[in-house]
Amino acid sequence: MNGIKVENLTKKFEDFVAVDDVSFDVKEGELVALLGPSGSGKSTILRIVAGLETQDRGHVYLTGENVTTLNPQKRNVGFVFQHYALFKHMTVEKNIALGLEVQKKNKNVIKEKIAELIDLVKLNGHEQHYPNQLSGGQRQRVALARALAPEPKVLLLDEPFGSLDAKVRKNLARWIRHLHDRIRVTSIFVTHDQNEAMEISDKIIVVNRGKVEQIGKASEVYEHPKSKFVASFVGNVNVINGRTQDNQIALKGTEGRIDQKTNDIPDNQDIVFLVRPEEVVIKRTASKPTSIPAAIEGIHYRGSFYEVDLRIGDNEIKSIIQKENYKKNPLVVGEHVFVLFTQFKVFEASEGHQVIHRMLKQLGYIE
Amino acid sequence: MKNSQNRTLTSVEIVPRCLSFFYIGLLIVLPLIAITARAFQGGLQNLFHQITLPEGLYSLKLTFSLAFILLFINIITGTATAWVLVRYNFPLKNIMNSLLDIPFAIPTVVTGIMLVVLYGPNSIAGSFFENHGLEIIYNKPGIILALLFVTFPFVVRSVQPVLMEMDNDMEEAAQTLGASKARIFFRIILPTLLPSILTGAALSFSRALGEFGSIVIVAGNIPFKTQVASVYIYGEIESSNIQSALGTAVVLLFSSFIVLVFLNLLQKWSHKHES
Amino acid sequence: MNPEPFRVEIIRNRRHIGQWVLLSLVLLWFILLIMIPLFGIIKETFSQGLETVKTSLATPASLHAFWLTILITTSAVILNTLFGTILAIVLAKQKFKGKLVLESLLDLPFAVSPVVAGFMLIILFGSKGWIGSWFSSMNIKIIYALPGMLIATLFVTLPFVAREVLPVLREFGPEQEEAASTLGASQWQTFWRITLPSIRWGLAYGVTLTIARSIGEFGAVLVVSGSIINKTQTATLRIHDQFSDFNYAGAFSAALILIVASFLLLNLIKSIYKTKGGNNS
Repeated sequence: MNGIKVENLTKKFEDFVAVDDVSFDVKEGELVALLGPSGSGKSTILRIVAGLETQDRGHVYLTGENVTTLNPQKRNVGFVFQHYALFKHMTVEKNIALGLEVQKKNKNVIKEKIAELIDLVKLNGHEQHYPNQLSGGQRQRVALARALAPEPKVLLLDEPFGSLDAKVRKNLARWIRHLHDRIRVTSIFVTHDQNEAMEISDKIIVVNRGKVEQIGKASEVYEHPKSKFVASFVGNVNVINGRTQDNQIALKGTEGRIDQKTNDIPDNQDIVFLVRPEEVVIKRTASKPTSIPAAIEGIHYRGSFYEVDLRIGDNEIKSIIQKENYKKNPLVVGEHVFVLFTQFKVFEASEGHQVIHRMLKQLGYIE
Repeated sequence: MKNSQNRTLTSVEIVPRCLSFFYIGLLIVLPLIAITARAFQGGLQNLFHQITLPEGLYSLKLTFSLAFILLFINIITGTATAWVLVRYNFPLKNIMNSLLDIPFAIPTVVTGIMLVVLYGPNSIAGSFFENHGLEIIYNKPGIILALLFVTFPFVVRSVQPVLMEMDNDMEEAAQTLGASKARIFFRIILPTLLPSILTGAALSFSRALGEFGSIVIVAGNIPFKTQVASVYIYGEIESSNIQSALGTAVVLLFSSFIVLVFLNLLQKWSHKHES
Repeated sequence: MNPEPFRVEIIRNRRHIGQWVLLSLVLLWFILLIMIPLFGIIKETFSQGLETVKTSLATPASLHAFWLTILITTSAVILNTLFGTILAIVLAKQKFKGKLVLESLLDLPFAVSPVVAGFMLIILFGSKGWIGSWFSSMNIKIIYALPGMLIATLFVTLPFVAREVLPVLREFGPEQEEAASTLGASQWQTFWRITLPSIRWGLAYGVTLTIARSIGEFGAVLVVSGSIINKTQTATLRIHDQFSDFNYAGAFSAALILIVASFLLLNLIKSIYKTKGGNNS
């Protein structure tokens, strides 16, 4: 197949398993995100595909060819580094030219290609500048142009927006998507930012602790997460402990019950209840069978929406209300209300969920 | 051969590594082993005896005491000079900065000659001091002058970059908390500078221990008066008294080692507090 | 040594007594220690008259001495630049047991007295030494001959290039080279086009220091060469010899030449340091 195929990749650093039996494929022309928290092994996977790291086991295929034993020089991959790795002593022009000079292309051909790329990345006028004269975003564009110059079969980007500030990140991310639509090179980019991943990729590969957790389109991964990790990592989520009881879901610390059966989880089992802020609806009156009493503890204005802090028993959760809707029915701190969940996910509780809870707290997704 | 990542090494990696070991081995390791072996050849007692011969022992005492005196002088003057160069602006500052490197660039014999010319018995300064009973050249003050000249830049150059890099943040924080200038200097600035001061001091100490060229010219090398260890060793070699030369040489070599270890530990310690 | 734009917050333009005292003390120190000796020697040399200066410089022994210095310096620079760069690359990029020891040993020549250095080399390379005896049997003289002097100079100048290049390489990191490899450059191409250019200023600085030290080396070469006139006397040895013979004109003029050479080198060092600072932000 003409894209990228990775089979059973495993890599250990001394005792630490960085990549654990990872397999996936990327179709020709797709732009795919490798998404995961730091330390999940995503950069290592990318570097193995490029040949910058050697795997202990497994195979890599690029456009149908088995490149597993080839060094990076021979793989014809374009690689964009997190900190750009521009050649500091060379001008923008010379940086971009290197890949072509190595291919021993004719001088005129090189000149043309450089001009084309400079135009593509909108760095006209900066050809003779040195990297230290450019801004972060500009340097990243040079890195991109340089990687694309030798017309690689495959484009790999390692946290390309990692060292840029938020606004620049967003713009650059969108711009890469547009670029990709124009050039159609099979691409993988590594990121820990799920918003980015959701915004520009065709497909997301969620990675955690060296393993692939889920592969799918943004909407799939968000709406139908296959594991606790994916549910909590991709998008914001509220986490509540509970128990299945009498074919209902009982939430800890509150009398309220959710009258719904959980198909694959037996009764009388500890569970973890996950619901996204936008799926928490606030009502002033109870509506059977599923509303639960709650108290409003905080209301925060966030520009286009309001974020509301709610307390249900011992649990603190957040709800998001669009500005227009809020204006129709403003709330007051201290009010007692009822909440309805339009959607939620339930997983069996286990050691794992304590870990996730801690991790979510660390990442700032929950209080 | 495999490297620590368990990848087999390519020849591009092996050849330079072997060349490196070869070069250091031939030029540094072997000579070290050779002299140590030779020194201990006659046995430990014999070595001790050689080291403690009156003339040699005196030269060692002289060398070490001079080196220590210089250590303290340099710490103070070096830090002060670095401070002035970094924190103040005055005419001729740039010239002074450039000239600071002169001791590094001038051959030691030339230093010796310069000092004799200036402070020797035939010069204005020299005869002035002599009339007041202070013989500079051919006596201990002359040696100190020579050593001052050659060791002066070490502490300055060691402290300067650190002083320049220092963020004002800590000082400003201390100021807002009401700390006086002196307190800021002693509690905040000095501790930050300490590793670099000590590095420069160690370098100047080992330089003072080993200095030869300038002292040979300036001091006349009178045994039991102005003969430092390096000059004593040279004399013994010329007189084919290899054994006594070995004894004193081993002491100097050992001190060099200690200074090196000290410098290394200093590096590790100073990195502990960074990043 | 890097001139910096001055920080307005700290440098106060109104001074008070304490600062004036400090400033004057330091300046005085500086003048006594460095400025006066410098002018003194210039004056002394030319007090003997320009002709004397010229004659003493032109004697065969003196010319030979200068030639020897140039020869040894050039060889030492070439060898130590080559090996120093290799050492720096190995230390910066490879991981292996004994790396720390290697790196610490690199500094040894800085800490050792030149006389002791020369002594070590005599013991090893002398006609009865482990290596020397082997060469002796082939009738090749190392000690009291040119090879020994070269080795002594190599020893004392060994750390300079390596020590200047090493931190540059370390700061440099592997990414630029990885980038080059993804662009198809072979290891050799990467070395020439990426690695080497990145260290050029560190290299230049190290080379200049090596030259300065080689020219000025005295103790180690004295011990190892026997200072035989017209045979194993470098410029510094010649100066010492003439001075001991009370031939002041000769000694001073040769000294002046070396001072001029040192000055030029010093300025070179300064300008390299400035450019190095400028290009590498």
